[in-house]
Amino acid sequence: MTKIIFVDFKGKKTTIEARDGDNLMQAAIAGGIEGIVGECCGAMMCATCHVYVEEPYLSSLLERSEGEEEMLECTASEQRTNSRLSCQIKIGPDIEGMIVHLPEEQ
Amino acid sequence: MIEGHAAIEPPPGVPVWDVDPYDPQTLADPDAYYAELRAKGPFVYIPRYSVLACGRHQETQEVFSDWERFVSSRGVGLQDFKLETPWRSPSIILEVDPPAHSRTRKVMSRVLSPKVANALREQFLVAANKLVDELLEKDSFEAIAELAEVYPTNVFPEAMGLREVNRRFLIDYGAMVFNALGPDNDLRRNAMAMGPEIVPWITRQCKRENLRQEGFGAEIYAAADAGEISEDEAGMLVRSLLSAGVDTTVTGIGSALWCLATNPGEYEKLKENPKLLRPAFEEVLRFTSPVHSFCRTADRDTEVSGVEIVAGTKILCVLGAANSDETRWPDAGRFDVNRRPTGHLAMGSGVHGCVGQNLARAEVGAVLTAIVNKVDKIKLNGPARWRPNNAIHALDTMPLTFTPR
Ligand code: HEM
Repeated sequence: MTKIIFVDFKGKKTTIEARDGDNLMQAAIAGGIEGIVGECCGAMMCATCHVYVEEPYLSSLLERSEGEEEMLECTASEQRTNSRLSCQIKIGPDIEGMIVHLPEEQ
Repeated sequence: MIEGHAAIEPPPGVPVWDVDPYDPQTLADPDAYYAELRAKGPFVYIPRYSVLACGRHQETQEVFSDWERFVSSRGVGLQDFKLETPWRSPSIILEVDPPAHSRTRKVMSRVLSPKVANALREQFLVAANKLVDELLEKDSFEAIAELAEVYPTNVFPEAMGLREVNRRFLIDYGAMVFNALGPDNDLRRNAMAMGPEIVPWITRQCKRENLRQEGFGAEIYAAADAGEISEDEAGMLVRSLLSAGVDTTVTGIGSALWCLATNPGEYEKLKENPKLLRPAFEEVLRFTSPVHSFCRTADRDTEVSGVEIVAGTKILCVLGAANSDETRWPDAGRFDVNRRPTGHLAMGSGVHGCVGQNLARAEVGAVLTAIVNKVDKIKLNGPARWRPNNAIHALDTMPLTFTPR
Protein backbone atom coordinates (compact mmCIF):
# COMPACT_ATOMS: atom_id res chain seq x y z
CA MET A 1 0.00 0.00 0.00
CA THR A 2 1.15 3.51 -0.77
CA LYS A 3 0.10 6.70 1.00
CA ILE A 4 -1.31 9.47 -1.22
CA ILE A 5 -2.50 12.88 -0.02
CA PHE A 6 -5.30 14.66 -1.90
CA VAL A 7 -5.92 18.37 -1.39
CA ASP A 8 -9.24 19.65 -2.74
CA PHE A 9 -9.60 23.11 -4.29
CA LYS A 10 -10.67 24.57 -0.94
CA GLY A 11 -7.53 23.21 0.71
CA LYS A 12 -9.08 20.24 2.54
CA LYS A 13 -6.67 17.30 2.87
CA THR A 14 -7.58 13.62 2.64
CA THR A 15 -5.04 10.82 2.95
CA ILE A 16 -5.68 7.43 1.40
CA GLU A 17 -3.82 4.12 1.37
CA ALA A 18 -3.72 3.11 -2.30
CA ARG A 19 -3.18 -0.40 -3.63
CA ASP A 20 0.09 -0.82 -5.52
CA GLY A 21 -0.46 -1.59 -9.18
CA ASP A 22 -3.78 0.32 -9.36
CA ASN A 23 -3.79 3.67 -11.06
CA LEU A 24 -4.36 6.89 -9.14
CA MET A 25 -7.87 7.42 -10.57
CA GLN A 26 -8.98 3.95 -9.38
CA ALA A 27 -7.37 4.57 -6.00
CA ALA A 28 -9.16 7.91 -5.64
CA ILE A 29 -12.55 6.39 -6.50
CA ALA A 30 -11.95 3.48 -4.10
CA GLY A 31 -10.91 5.99 -1.43
CA GLY A 32 -14.08 8.04 -1.92
CA ILE A 33 -12.29 11.16 -3.19
CA GLU A 34 -15.10 13.44 -4.43
CA GLY A 35 -13.08 15.58 -6.83
CA ILE A 36 -12.25 12.74 -9.22
CA VAL A 37 -14.93 11.56 -11.66
CA GLY A 38 -13.15 9.14 -14.01
CA GLU A 39 -16.11 8.75 -16.36
CA CYS A 40 -14.29 6.76 -19.04
CA CYS A 41 -12.51 4.62 -16.48
CA GLY A 42 -9.07 4.96 -17.97
CA ALA A 43 -9.81 4.78 -21.70
CA MET A 44 -8.27 8.27 -21.98
CA MET A 45 -11.44 9.68 -23.44
CA CYS A 46 -12.97 12.02 -20.88
CA ALA A 47 -10.43 14.19 -18.99
CA THR A 48 -12.51 13.97 -15.78
CA CYS A 49 -9.72 12.60 -13.56
CA HIS A 50 -7.54 15.68 -13.94
CA VAL A 51 -5.12 16.45 -11.06
CA TYR A 52 -2.22 18.79 -10.29
CA VAL A 53 0.82 16.90 -8.98
CA GLU A 54 3.30 18.56 -6.58
CA GLU A 55 7.05 18.33 -6.94
CA PRO A 56 9.22 16.39 -6.37
CA TYR A 57 6.69 13.69 -7.28
CA LEU A 58 5.82 15.23 -10.63
CA SER A 59 9.34 14.76 -12.00
CA SER A 60 9.41 11.14 -10.88
CA LEU A 61 6.38 10.20 -13.04
CA LEU A 62 6.55 8.79 -16.56
CA GLU A 63 6.12 11.55 -19.12
CA ARG A 64 2.73 12.42 -20.57
CA SER A 65 1.85 10.38 -23.66
CA GLU A 66 0.53 12.05 -26.78
CA GLY A 67 -3.00 10.89 -25.92
CA GLU A 68 -2.76 12.35 -22.44
CA GLU A 69 -1.50 15.65 -23.85
CA GLU A 70 -4.54 15.81 -26.10
CA MET A 71 -6.96 15.05 -23.26
CA LEU A 72 -5.34 17.68 -21.03
CA GLU A 73 -6.37 20.21 -23.69
CA CYS A 74 -9.97 19.35 -22.78
CA THR A 75 -10.02 19.73 -18.98
CA ALA A 76 -12.85 21.64 -17.32
CA SER A 77 -10.48 23.55 -15.01
CA GLU A 78 -7.36 25.25 -16.35
CA GLN A 79 -4.43 23.15 -17.51
CA ARG A 80 -1.16 23.89 -15.70
CA THR A 81 2.38 22.61 -16.22
CA ASN A 82 1.78 20.09 -13.42
CA SER A 83 -1.55 18.84 -14.83
CA ARG A 84 -1.89 15.08 -15.21
CA LEU A 85 -4.63 12.54 -15.80
CA SER A 86 -4.71 10.45 -12.65
CA CYS A 87 -5.65 7.33 -14.65
CA GLN A 88 -2.18 7.46 -16.20
CA ILE A 89 -0.31 7.43 -12.86
CA LYS A 90 0.62 4.02 -11.50
CA ILE A 91 0.62 3.53 -7.73
CA GLY A 92 3.86 2.16 -6.28
CA PRO A 93 6.42 2.74 -3.53
CA ASP A 94 8.21 5.34 -5.70
CA ILE A 95 5.37 7.83 -5.08
CA GLU A 96 4.85 7.17 -1.36
CA GLY A 97 3.46 10.34 0.27
CA MET A 98 2.68 12.08 -3.05
CA ILE A 99 0.65 15.28 -2.75
CA VAL A 100 -2.04 15.77 -5.40
CA HIS A 101 -4.23 18.84 -5.80
CA LEU A 102 -7.75 18.54 -7.15
CA PRO A 103 -9.16 21.05 -9.65
CA GLU A 104 -12.39 22.90 -8.91
CA GLU A 105 -14.23 21.22 -11.78
CA GLN A 106 -13.94 18.01 -13.76
CA MET B 1 -17.13 -24.92 -37.43
CA ILE B 2 -20.17 -23.60 -35.65
CA GLU B 3 -21.75 -20.15 -36.17
CA GLY B 4 -18.73 -19.16 -38.23
CA HIS B 5 -16.05 -20.02 -35.68
CA ALA B 6 -14.04 -23.09 -34.69
CA ALA B 7 -15.86 -25.47 -32.34
CA ILE B 8 -14.01 -26.09 -29.06
CA GLU B 9 -14.18 -28.70 -26.33
CA PRO B 10 -15.29 -27.48 -22.90
CA PRO B 11 -12.09 -26.65 -20.97
CA PRO B 12 -11.44 -28.88 -17.92
CA GLY B 13 -13.45 -27.83 -14.87
CA VAL B 14 -15.69 -25.39 -16.73
CA PRO B 15 -19.43 -25.95 -16.25
CA VAL B 16 -21.37 -26.88 -19.37
CA TRP B 17 -24.60 -24.88 -19.49
CA ASP B 18 -27.16 -25.54 -22.19
CA VAL B 19 -28.62 -22.06 -22.32
CA ASP B 20 -29.51 -19.82 -25.28
CA PRO B 21 -28.40 -16.27 -24.49
CA TYR B 22 -30.10 -15.20 -27.73
CA ASP B 23 -33.53 -16.58 -26.90
CA PRO B 24 -35.92 -13.63 -27.45
CA GLN B 25 -37.39 -14.13 -23.95
CA THR B 26 -33.92 -14.01 -22.37
CA LEU B 27 -32.93 -11.00 -24.45
CA ALA B 28 -36.04 -9.16 -23.28
CA ASP B 29 -35.61 -10.01 -19.61
CA PRO B 30 -32.01 -11.09 -18.97
CA ASP B 31 -31.60 -10.70 -15.19
CA ALA B 32 -32.08 -14.36 -14.25
CA TYR B 33 -29.68 -15.43 -17.02
CA TYR B 34 -27.10 -12.88 -15.83
CA ALA B 35 -27.37 -14.12 -12.24
CA GLU B 36 -27.06 -17.79 -13.14
CA LEU B 37 -24.13 -17.12 -15.46
CA ARG B 38 -22.24 -15.42 -12.62
CA ALA B 39 -23.22 -18.10 -10.12
CA LYS B 40 -21.91 -20.96 -12.26
CA GLY B 41 -18.32 -19.73 -12.28
CA PRO B 42 -15.91 -17.36 -13.98
CA PHE B 43 -16.67 -19.05 -17.32
CA VAL B 44 -19.29 -21.42 -18.66
CA TYR B 45 -19.25 -23.45 -21.87
CA ILE B 46 -22.38 -23.06 -24.00
CA PRO B 47 -22.66 -26.16 -26.23
CA ARG B 48 -25.18 -24.92 -28.81
CA TYR B 49 -22.75 -22.18 -29.92
CA SER B 50 -19.52 -23.80 -28.71
CA VAL B 51 -18.37 -20.62 -26.94
CA LEU B 52 -17.21 -19.66 -23.49
CA ALA B 53 -19.23 -16.97 -21.73
CA CYS B 54 -18.21 -14.82 -18.78
CA GLY B 55 -20.36 -12.57 -16.60
CA ARG B 56 -18.38 -11.84 -13.44
CA HIS B 57 -16.99 -8.33 -13.39
CA GLN B 58 -13.35 -9.30 -12.93
CA GLU B 59 -12.99 -11.81 -15.75
CA THR B 60 -15.27 -9.90 -18.12
CA GLN B 61 -13.14 -6.80 -17.69
CA GLU B 62 -9.94 -8.82 -18.14
CA VAL B 63 -11.04 -10.51 -21.35
CA PHE B 64 -12.71 -7.42 -22.77
CA SER B 65 -9.73 -5.13 -22.31
CA ASP B 66 -6.68 -7.37 -22.90
CA TRP B 67 -6.36 -6.80 -26.66
CA GLU B 68 -3.11 -8.75 -26.92
CA ARG B 69 -4.60 -12.05 -25.88
CA PHE B 70 -8.25 -11.43 -26.78
CA VAL B 71 -8.44 -9.75 -30.14
CA SER B 72 -11.19 -7.77 -31.85
CA SER B 73 -9.77 -8.26 -35.36
CA ARG B 74 -11.44 -11.69 -35.59
CA GLY B 75 -14.83 -10.04 -35.02
CA VAL B 76 -16.72 -8.95 -31.91
CA GLY B 77 -19.63 -11.26 -32.73
CA LEU B 78 -19.80 -15.05 -33.01
CA GLN B 79 -18.22 -15.14 -36.46
CA ASP B 80 -14.42 -15.56 -36.66
CA PHE B 81 -13.20 -13.27 -39.46
CA LYS B 82 -10.10 -15.42 -39.83
CA LEU B 83 -12.29 -18.32 -40.92
CA GLU B 84 -15.27 -16.65 -42.60
CA THR B 85 -15.86 -13.49 -44.58
CA PRO B 86 -18.11 -11.08 -42.67
CA TRP B 87 -21.27 -9.58 -44.21
CA ARG B 88 -19.63 -6.17 -44.62
CA SER B 89 -15.99 -5.13 -44.70
CA PRO B 90 -14.75 -5.06 -41.08
CA SER B 91 -14.74 -1.78 -39.19
CA ILE B 92 -11.29 -0.17 -39.23
CA ILE B 93 -11.64 0.91 -35.59
CA LEU B 94 -13.88 -1.58 -33.76
CA GLU B 95 -12.67 -4.70 -35.56
CA VAL B 96 -8.89 -4.15 -35.67
CA ASP B 97 -6.10 -4.46 -33.08
CA PRO B 98 -3.21 -2.14 -32.29
CA PRO B 99 -1.07 -0.90 -33.96
CA ALA B 100 -3.58 -0.53 -36.86
CA HIS B 101 -6.22 0.45 -34.33
CA SER B 102 -4.12 3.20 -32.75
CA ARG B 103 -3.90 5.10 -36.04
CA THR B 104 -7.65 5.33 -36.71
CA ARG B 105 -8.53 5.65 -33.04
CA LYS B 106 -6.34 8.74 -32.81
CA VAL B 107 -8.35 10.47 -35.53
CA MET B 108 -11.68 9.52 -33.99
CA SER B 109 -10.79 10.50 -30.45
CA ARG B 110 -9.76 13.92 -31.71
CA VAL B 111 -12.96 14.36 -33.72
CA LEU B 112 -15.09 13.30 -30.72
CA SER B 113 -13.01 14.82 -27.91
CA PRO B 114 -14.51 16.21 -24.68
CA LYS B 115 -13.85 19.70 -26.05
CA VAL B 116 -15.94 19.01 -29.14
CA ALA B 117 -18.73 17.51 -27.03
CA ASN B 118 -18.70 20.48 -24.66
CA ALA B 119 -18.97 22.92 -27.53
CA LEU B 120 -22.17 21.17 -28.64
CA ARG B 121 -23.85 21.22 -25.22
CA GLU B 122 -25.65 24.52 -25.75
CA GLN B 123 -27.15 23.50 -29.08
CA PHE B 124 -28.07 20.06 -27.70
CA LEU B 125 -29.91 21.71 -24.80
CA VAL B 126 -31.91 24.00 -27.09
CA ALA B 127 -33.08 20.96 -29.08
CA ALA B 128 -33.88 19.04 -25.90
CA ASN B 129 -35.90 21.91 -24.41
CA LYS B 130 -37.95 22.20 -27.57
CA LEU B 131 -38.74 18.49 -27.69
CA VAL B 132 -39.65 18.27 -24.00
CA ASP B 133 -41.93 21.32 -24.35
CA GLU B 134 -43.78 19.59 -27.17
CA LEU B 135 -44.20 16.39 -25.18
CA LEU B 136 -45.48 18.30 -22.15
CA GLU B 137 -48.42 19.38 -24.33
CA LYS B 138 -49.57 15.78 -24.77
CA ASP B 139 -51.67 13.72 -22.36
CA SER B 140 -49.55 10.70 -23.15
CA PHE B 141 -46.76 9.86 -25.62
CA GLU B 142 -44.77 6.91 -26.87
CA ALA B 143 -41.38 7.44 -25.26
CA ILE B 144 -39.32 5.43 -27.71
CA ALA B 145 -40.87 6.56 -31.00
CA GLU B 146 -41.55 10.14 -29.95
CA LEU B 147 -38.54 10.92 -27.76
CA ALA B 148 -35.70 8.38 -27.62
CA GLU B 149 -35.61 7.89 -31.42
CA VAL B 150 -36.37 11.49 -32.29
CA TYR B 151 -33.73 13.26 -30.26
CA PRO B 152 -30.52 11.61 -31.47
CA THR B 153 -31.75 11.52 -35.06
CA ASN B 154 -32.32 15.30 -34.78
CA VAL B 155 -29.02 16.31 -33.25
CA PHE B 156 -26.50 13.64 -34.29
CA PRO B 157 -26.81 13.85 -38.11
CA GLU B 158 -26.66 17.63 -37.70
CA ALA B 159 -23.45 17.41 -35.66
CA MET B 160 -22.02 14.95 -38.17
CA GLY B 161 -22.91 17.18 -41.08
CA LEU B 162 -25.12 14.71 -42.98
CA ARG B 163 -26.92 16.44 -45.82
CA GLU B 164 -29.69 13.89 -46.02
CA VAL B 165 -31.48 12.41 -42.99
CA ASN B 166 -33.56 9.25 -43.00
CA ARG B 167 -34.52 8.57 -39.40
CA ARG B 168 -35.68 5.00 -40.02
CA PHE B 169 -32.55 3.99 -41.95
CA LEU B 170 -30.25 5.50 -39.33
CA ILE B 171 -31.88 3.59 -36.49
CA ASP B 172 -32.33 0.35 -38.41
CA TYR B 173 -28.73 0.33 -39.65
CA GLY B 174 -27.48 0.33 -36.06
CA ALA B 175 -29.89 -2.45 -35.11
CA MET B 176 -28.75 -4.42 -38.15
CA VAL B 177 -25.06 -4.11 -37.32
CA PHE B 178 -25.70 -5.23 -33.75
CA ASN B 179 -28.02 -8.11 -34.67
CA ALA B 180 -25.34 -9.32 -37.10
CA LEU B 181 -23.07 -10.05 -34.12
CA GLY B 182 -25.30 -12.90 -32.97
CA PRO B 183 -25.95 -16.43 -34.23
CA ASP B 184 -27.86 -17.24 -37.40
CA ASN B 185 -31.26 -16.71 -35.73
CA ASP B 186 -34.42 -14.89 -36.83
CA LEU B 187 -33.11 -11.59 -35.50
CA ARG B 188 -29.97 -11.85 -37.58
CA ARG B 189 -31.78 -13.11 -40.68
CA ASN B 190 -34.38 -10.34 -40.51
CA ALA B 191 -31.63 -7.77 -40.04
CA MET B 192 -29.70 -9.08 -43.03
CA ALA B 193 -32.86 -8.97 -45.13
CA MET B 194 -33.00 -5.19 -44.60
CA GLY B 195 -29.49 -4.82 -46.01
CA PRO B 196 -30.26 -4.30 -49.70
CA GLU B 197 -32.52 -1.35 -48.87
CA ILE B 198 -30.41 0.32 -46.17
CA VAL B 199 -26.74 -0.37 -46.89
CA PRO B 200 -26.51 1.51 -50.23
CA TRP B 201 -28.08 4.57 -48.59
CA ILE B 202 -25.62 4.41 -45.67
CA THR B 203 -22.64 3.96 -48.01
CA ARG B 204 -23.71 7.03 -49.98
CA GLN B 205 -23.96 9.22 -46.88
CA CYS B 206 -20.34 8.36 -45.97
CA LYS B 207 -18.97 10.04 -49.11
CA ARG B 208 -17.21 13.36 -48.81
CA GLU B 209 -19.64 15.18 -51.08
CA ASN B 210 -22.62 14.15 -48.97
CA LEU B 211 -21.21 15.76 -45.83
CA ARG B 212 -21.41 19.45 -45.05
CA GLN B 213 -18.31 21.61 -44.57
CA GLU B 214 -18.75 21.56 -40.83
CA GLY B 215 -19.19 18.53 -38.62
CA PHE B 216 -17.52 15.29 -37.59
CA GLY B 217 -17.69 13.97 -41.14
CA ALA B 218 -15.71 16.91 -42.54
CA GLU B 219 -13.23 16.63 -39.65
CA ILE B 220 -12.61 13.00 -40.53
CA TYR B 221 -12.06 13.90 -44.18
CA ALA B 222 -9.69 16.66 -43.04
CA ALA B 223 -7.55 13.89 -41.52
CA ALA B 224 -7.48 12.32 -44.99
CA ASP B 225 -6.40 15.64 -46.51
CA ALA B 226 -3.61 15.81 -43.93
CA GLY B 227 -2.41 12.37 -45.02
CA GLU B 228 -3.18 10.72 -41.66
CA ILE B 229 -5.64 8.27 -43.24
CA SER B 230 -6.70 7.52 -46.82
CA GLU B 231 -9.86 8.81 -48.50
CA ASP B 232 -11.41 5.33 -48.30
CA GLU B 233 -10.53 5.05 -44.63
CA ALA B 234 -12.24 8.37 -43.97
CA GLY B 235 -15.40 6.95 -45.50
CA MET B 236 -15.07 3.86 -43.33
CA LEU B 237 -14.74 5.95 -40.16
CA VAL B 238 -17.83 7.95 -41.09
CA ARG B 239 -19.59 4.60 -41.45
CA SER B 240 -18.48 3.73 -37.90
CA LEU B 241 -20.24 6.84 -36.63
CA LEU B 242 -23.42 5.76 -38.37
CA SER B 243 -23.16 2.16 -37.10
CA ALA B 244 -22.33 2.94 -33.48
CA GLY B 245 -23.62 6.44 -32.82
CA VAL B 246 -27.39 6.37 -33.30
CA ASP B 247 -29.04 3.19 -32.05
CA THR B 248 -26.82 3.16 -28.92
CA THR B 249 -27.82 6.68 -27.91
CA VAL B 250 -31.48 6.00 -28.67
CA THR B 251 -31.18 3.05 -26.32
CA GLY B 252 -29.42 5.11 -23.65
CA ILE B 253 -32.19 7.72 -23.65
CA GLY B 254 -34.99 5.14 -23.60
CA SER B 255 -33.36 3.27 -20.75
CA ALA B 256 -32.75 6.47 -18.77
CA LEU B 257 -36.45 7.33 -19.06
CA TRP B 258 -37.37 3.82 -17.97
CA CYS B 259 -35.12 4.02 -14.90
CA LEU B 260 -36.61 7.35 -13.87
CA ALA B 261 -40.23 6.39 -14.60
CA THR B 262 -39.94 3.19 -12.58
CA ASN B 263 -37.95 4.77 -9.71
CA PRO B 264 -39.85 8.00 -8.94
CA GLY B 265 -37.99 8.43 -5.64
CA GLU B 266 -34.69 8.59 -7.51
CA TYR B 267 -36.17 11.12 -9.95
CA GLU B 268 -37.11 13.35 -7.00
CA LYS B 269 -33.45 13.29 -5.90
CA LEU B 270 -32.37 14.53 -9.35
CA LYS B 271 -34.91 17.37 -9.18
CA GLU B 272 -33.52 18.39 -5.81
CA ASN B 273 -29.90 18.14 -6.90
CA PRO B 274 -29.26 18.39 -10.66
CA LYS B 275 -25.54 17.82 -9.96
CA LEU B 276 -26.51 14.16 -9.68
CA LEU B 277 -27.50 14.05 -13.36
CA ARG B 278 -24.05 13.03 -14.54
CA PRO B 279 -23.51 10.14 -12.13
CA ALA B 280 -27.18 9.21 -12.60
CA PHE B 281 -26.60 8.54 -16.30
CA GLU B 282 -23.61 6.38 -15.36
CA GLU B 283 -25.96 4.46 -13.11
CA VAL B 284 -28.44 4.10 -15.99
CA LEU B 285 -25.62 2.66 -18.09
CA ARG B 286 -24.58 0.26 -15.35
CA PHE B 287 -28.13 -0.73 -14.50
CA THR B 288 -29.35 -1.31 -18.06
CA SER B 289 -26.17 -2.11 -20.11
CA PRO B 290 -27.31 -0.94 -23.57
CA VAL B 291 -24.63 -3.17 -25.15
CA HIS B 292 -25.43 -6.43 -23.36
CA SER B 293 -22.69 -8.57 -24.85
CA PHE B 294 -19.84 -8.47 -27.35
CA CYS B 295 -17.28 -11.18 -28.14
CA ARG B 296 -13.53 -11.46 -28.20
CA THR B 297 -11.44 -14.23 -29.79
CA ALA B 298 -8.48 -15.82 -28.01
CA ASP B 299 -5.55 -15.37 -30.36
CA ARG B 300 -3.25 -17.74 -28.43
CA ASP B 301 -3.49 -20.47 -25.83
CA THR B 302 -3.89 -18.75 -22.49
CA GLU B 303 -5.46 -18.92 -19.05
CA VAL B 304 -7.82 -16.69 -17.06
CA SER B 305 -8.66 -17.33 -13.39
CA GLY B 306 -7.30 -20.87 -13.73
CA VAL B 307 -9.38 -21.68 -16.82
CA GLU B 308 -7.47 -22.92 -19.86
CA ILE B 309 -8.49 -21.16 -23.04
CA VAL B 310 -7.29 -22.47 -26.39
CA ALA B 311 -6.46 -20.26 -29.39
CA GLY B 312 -9.50 -19.62 -31.57
CA THR B 313 -12.01 -19.73 -28.69
CA LYS B 314 -14.85 -17.25 -28.96
CA ILE B 315 -15.67 -15.67 -25.62
CA LEU B 316 -19.01 -13.99 -25.07
CA CYS B 317 -18.34 -11.10 -22.68
CA VAL B 318 -21.68 -10.45 -21.02
CA LEU B 319 -21.35 -6.81 -20.02
CA GLY B 320 -24.88 -6.75 -18.59
CA ALA B 321 -23.98 -9.53 -16.17
CA ALA B 322 -20.70 -7.88 -15.16
CA ASN B 323 -22.52 -4.62 -14.49
CA SER B 324 -24.91 -6.35 -12.10
CA ASP B 325 -22.24 -8.36 -10.24
CA GLU B 326 -23.05 -8.06 -6.53
CA THR B 327 -19.42 -8.59 -5.54
CA ARG B 328 -18.53 -5.40 -7.37
CA TRP B 329 -21.74 -3.38 -6.86
CA PRO B 330 -23.41 -3.90 -3.50
CA ASP B 331 -27.20 -4.06 -3.91
CA ALA B 332 -26.61 -4.21 -7.68
CA GLY B 333 -30.29 -4.75 -8.44
CA ARG B 334 -31.17 -1.32 -7.12
CA PHE B 335 -31.11 1.80 -9.31
CA ASP B 336 -29.34 4.33 -7.09
CA VAL B 337 -28.52 7.81 -8.41
CA ASN B 338 -26.11 8.34 -5.51
CA ARG B 339 -23.94 5.41 -6.53
CA ARG B 340 -20.65 6.27 -8.23
CA PRO B 341 -20.50 3.38 -10.67
CA THR B 342 -17.11 4.16 -12.20
CA GLY B 343 -15.73 0.92 -13.57
CA HIS B 344 -18.97 -0.27 -15.19
CA LEU B 345 -18.37 -1.87 -18.56
CA ALA B 346 -21.31 -0.36 -20.45
CA MET B 347 -18.95 1.79 -22.55
CA GLY B 348 -16.37 -0.97 -22.77
CA SER B 349 -12.92 -0.79 -21.24
CA GLY B 350 -9.35 -0.32 -22.41
CA VAL B 351 -8.19 0.57 -25.92
CA HIS B 352 -11.60 0.03 -27.55
CA GLY B 353 -13.53 1.89 -24.82
CA CYS B 354 -16.33 3.82 -26.54
CA VAL B 355 -14.82 6.63 -28.56
CA GLY B 356 -18.23 8.34 -28.77
CA GLN B 357 -18.85 8.40 -25.03
CA ASN B 358 -18.36 12.13 -24.61
CA LEU B 359 -20.91 12.77 -27.28
CA ALA B 360 -23.33 10.19 -25.89
CA ARG B 361 -23.05 11.82 -22.45
CA ALA B 362 -23.59 15.27 -23.93
CA GLU B 363 -26.72 14.16 -25.79
CA VAL B 364 -28.29 12.24 -22.96
CA GLY B 365 -27.16 14.90 -20.48
CA ALA B 366 -29.03 17.55 -22.46
CA VAL B 367 -32.22 15.49 -22.54
CA LEU B 368 -32.08 14.78 -18.81
CA THR B 369 -31.33 18.43 -18.01
CA ALA B 370 -34.35 19.57 -20.02
CA ILE B 371 -36.56 16.99 -18.30
CA VAL B 372 -35.40 17.81 -14.77
CA ASN B 373 -35.93 21.53 -15.40
CA LYS B 374 -39.41 21.15 -16.83
CA VAL B 375 -41.01 17.90 -15.73
CA ASP B 376 -42.48 17.33 -12.29
CA LYS B 377 -43.50 13.68 -12.63
CA ILE B 378 -42.68 11.00 -15.20
CA LYS B 379 -45.56 8.55 -15.23
CA LEU B 380 -45.58 5.13 -16.86
CA ASN B 381 -48.96 4.61 -18.59
CA GLY B 382 -48.68 0.94 -19.39
CA PRO B 383 -46.12 -1.82 -19.67
CA ALA B 384 -42.69 -1.06 -21.12
CA ARG B 385 -41.70 -3.64 -23.73
CA TRP B 386 -38.16 -4.56 -24.75
CA ARG B 387 -37.00 -5.08 -28.34
CA PRO B 388 -34.78 -8.18 -28.55
CA ASN B 389 -31.44 -7.63 -30.30
CA ASN B 390 -28.40 -9.91 -30.39
CA ALA B 391 -26.12 -7.29 -28.85
CA ILE B 392 -28.29 -4.40 -27.64
CA HIS B 393 -30.74 -4.35 -24.74
CA ALA B 394 -33.23 -1.72 -25.84
CA LEU B 395 -36.83 -0.76 -25.23
CA ASP B 396 -39.37 -1.12 -27.99
CA THR B 397 -42.34 0.77 -26.56
CA MET B 398 -43.08 2.68 -23.37
CA PRO B 399 -46.14 4.92 -22.93
CA LEU B 400 -45.35 7.92 -20.69
CA THR B 401 -46.89 11.12 -19.39
CA PHE B 402 -44.90 14.20 -18.37
CA THR B 403 -46.55 16.58 -15.92
CA PRO B 404 -45.13 20.13 -15.88
CA ARG B 405 -43.08 21.48 -12.97
C1 HEM C 1 -25.15 5.20 -24.70
C2 HEM C 1 -24.50 5.18 -25.82
C3 HEM C 1 -23.35 4.26 -26.17
C4 HEM C 1 -22.99 3.04 -25.64
C5 HEM C 1 -23.66 2.27 -24.51
C6 HEM C 1 -21.80 2.60 -26.36
C7 HEM C 1 -21.11 1.42 -26.10
C8 HEM C 1 -19.90 1.07 -26.65
C9 HEM C 1 -19.08 -0.06 -26.26
C10 HEM C 1 -19.45 -1.08 -25.19
C11 HEM C 1 -17.95 -0.05 -27.04
C12 HEM C 1 -16.78 -1.02 -26.94
C13 HEM C 1 -16.78 -2.07 -27.98
C14 HEM C 1 -15.65 -3.06 -27.83
O1 HEM C 1 -14.78 -2.92 -26.97
O2 HEM C 1 -15.63 -4.05 -28.60
C15 HEM C 1 -18.07 1.07 -27.93
C16 HEM C 1 -17.15 1.40 -28.92
C17 HEM C 1 -17.36 2.37 -29.88
N1 HEM C 1 -18.36 3.33 -29.89
FE1 HEM C 1 -19.85 3.50 -28.52
N2 HEM C 1 -21.50 3.53 -27.31
C18 HEM C 1 -22.41 4.56 -27.23
C19 HEM C 1 -22.43 5.71 -28.02
C20 HEM C 1 -21.60 5.95 -29.08
C21 HEM C 1 -21.66 7.12 -29.94
C22 HEM C 1 -22.63 8.27 -29.75
C23 HEM C 1 -20.71 6.95 -30.90
C24 HEM C 1 -20.31 7.85 -32.03
C25 HEM C 1 -20.37 9.14 -32.00
C26 HEM C 1 -20.04 5.70 -30.64
C27 HEM C 1 -19.00 5.17 -31.40
C28 HEM C 1 -18.23 4.09 -31.02
C29 HEM C 1 -17.09 3.60 -31.80
C30 HEM C 1 -16.60 4.16 -33.13
C31 HEM C 1 -16.55 2.53 -31.08
C32 HEM C 1 -15.32 1.69 -31.44
C33 HEM C 1 -14.14 2.22 -30.68
C34 HEM C 1 -12.89 1.39 -30.81
O3 HEM C 1 -12.97 0.21 -31.17
O4 HEM C 1 -11.80 1.94 -30.54
N3 HEM C 1 -20.60 5.12 -29.52
N4 HEM C 1 -19.25 1.76 -27.67
